[in-house]
Amino acid sequence: MVHILEARDVSKHFGGIGALEDVSFKIRKGAIISIIGPNGAGKTTLFNCLTGIARPDRGAIYFMENEISKLPAHRVTELGIARTFQNIRLFPEMTVIENVMVAQHLRVRYGLLSAIAHNRTFRKKEKDIIEKAFEYVGFVGLENFARTPACNLSYGSQRRLEIARALATEPGLLLLDEPTAGMNAIETMEVMDLIAQIRELGKTIVLIEHDMKLVMGISEWIIVLDHGVKIAEGTAEEVRNDPLVIDAYLGKEAVQ
Amino acid sequence: MRNKRLLVRSLIIASWAAILFLPFKGIRGAAELFLVIAAGIPVFHFLQRGMVLPKHFRSVVSFLRPFFIPVFLIAALAVPFLAGDYYLDVLIMCGIYILLALGLNVIVGFAGLLNLGFAAFYAIGAYIYGLLNTKLGIGFWPCLPVSAAGTACAGLLVAVPALRLRGDYLAIVTLGFGEILRLVLNNWDSVTNGPNGISGIAPPQLAGISLGNLKYFYYLVLAIVLLSVFVIRRVERSRTGRAWIALRENEIAASSIGINVTRYKLYAFAFGSFWAGIAGILFAAKMRFISPESFTFAESVLILSMVILGGTGNIYGAIAGAFLLVLLPEVLREVQLYRMLILGIGLVLLMIFKPEGLLGKNLRKIRQPVED
Ligand SMILES: Nc1ncnc2c1ncn2[C@@H]1O[C@H](COP(=O)(O)OP(=O)(O)OP(=O)(O)O)[C@@H](O)[C@H]1O
Ligand SMILES: [Mg+2]
Repeated sequence: MVHILEARDVSKHFGGIGALEDVSFKIRKGAIISIIGPNGAGKTTLFNCLTGIARPDRGAIYFMENEISKLPAHRVTELGIARTFQNIRLFPEMTVIENVMVAQHLRVRYGLLSAIAHNRTFRKKEKDIIEKAFEYVGFVGLENFARTPACNLSYGSQRRLEIARALATEPGLLLLDEPTAGMNAIETMEVMDLIAQIRELGKTIVLIEHDMKLVMGISEWIIVLDHGVKIAEGTAEEVRNDPLVIDAYLGKEAVQ
Repeated sequence: MRNKRLLVRSLIIASWAAILFLPFKGIRGAAELFLVIAAGIPVFHFLQRGMVLPKHFRSVVSFLRPFFIPVFLIAALAVPFLAGDYYLDVLIMCGIYILLALGLNVIVGFAGLLNLGFAAFYAIGAYIYGLLNTKLGIGFWPCLPVSAAGTACAGLLVAVPALRLRGDYLAIVTLGFGEILRLVLNNWDSVTNGPNGISGIAPPQLAGISLGNLKYFYYLVLAIVLLSVFVIRRVERSRTGRAWIALRENEIAASSIGINVTRYKLYAFAFGSFWAGIAGILFAAKMRFISPESFTFAESVLILSMVILGGTGNIYGAIAGAFLLVLLPEVLREVQLYRMLILGIGLVLLMIFKPEGLLGKNLRKIRQPVED
């Protein structure tokens, strides 16, 4: 199986607005792929459709041979897709470590009675959960903030915590919606390094980015959306020289 | 600037309270109240801001911590030997309301689902026992699990349609359910005996001894309350409890990490209602008489106030809230007419100055396991 994900003619409309129009693409297993496009191009809507948060009006999405476009979000996560959100969605009153503990919900299970009895199953599994949570928190570099409520973290740390939480669901495919938005140059570099490290773990990564230059180096395949339409895809080199892309995307930046 | 705002705010609150009081106490009483509140709020505020905990306070607290529970237990066990029937009676009601507040806290505090008809579940627990006992002669102990489970099922039934709705709508559905149930209890004469209620309910028996005696009943309630705190605390700190809190904090994020949002909302409704059922059967067994009058909307609001007052989502907050709202009216018995007013003012003030409730949220400290 070369492709982990395939979208076929996915469309999503909001009233009159076509947020996605017959978008099709395939994602190769183990790759880092970027989705770029100007504001309102439909990038976040695409992620919402892929993760069961929004239901496409038409089209089909296959993840490892399963049709997922009609599944609820928690089922999609169970199959192995995790995501972060452009507008950060942490559990603000929970501590950093608890944010990551709760994300192991699907992977470590025990019954309510075990929890009430504090029996051996419970103690062992709960210890596993805590250990793993500390691993993920350490992986994204937040070990010193484990007991801080998520809402007290800096903006950049919140984005890292979202990545740790997504990883804790043990996904095969990780979708990152503008993971460096609002970060300074150094933080951005660090997050890009982190993403490269996640790929080393054998995960497939799809990255939404605004800044095309940023993803040129890291991604081996780039998909370009504009007004809900896929206008190009290819390697960084191909996309950069595509006249449609220059027109829709780079052109705008050049004018600015 | 900040002080000026504070002053304006306290003046507004003071005049509002004074106007409310005017019809009852006349100009003089209202003026006194005005002065007390207008001066009290800023003083309270400065005290709170200026109060710095003594340096060793923390170490003293952590030294005393292991003693809290034993001391509390001994005190609780000793009460019947020290206090008269009146106090036992009030404490038993405290216990019943603690169960209710703990149950509602699961729904409102943990899972973040507003429920404005919680008294209905309290009623279901009470009526299940009342009917089974008076019509079929079934005793307290077999009825206890039936009441609890029956009420939990009722919670599920209400939640199923309600969960398609959000926020305000859920509140309205639960409110409607509370009213409908009360109307049914009032009008279904052949079964519930309508507004006249059910009387002659038997007190619990244990090893041939009737627990109808206030002392014994106090111990029964105490045991059940301790058990409920124990169970709810453990559930809170498990996979299920974390899922509820995630749900409350951000529903979309919760579903994106794999939590079946609908299912966990149902669990919360069922688990919370379960405790209301137990409170209901205890109430019926204590009063030996129940009627729809005990389960009105005002009762739902009272239970909700307990949860909010203590700090939503905090078990100990719910307990403190239940204690306060049962004890305060007793303390304020002298001023019968105004006690609801005073309570209301107190709640409003609390929400202004400490919106997170008396105890607020308690963050759990999780230690990294040491390698062994
Ligand atoms: N829930 C919604 N209701 C109505 N319209 C929506 C909704 N979500 C997105 N849209 C619209 O769909 C279009 C695509 O939005 P989307 O958020 O997917 O764009 P994006 O590419 O992620 O943009 P950005 O770079 O600003 O994040 C926009 O016109 C947006 O206004
Ligand atoms: Mg977006």
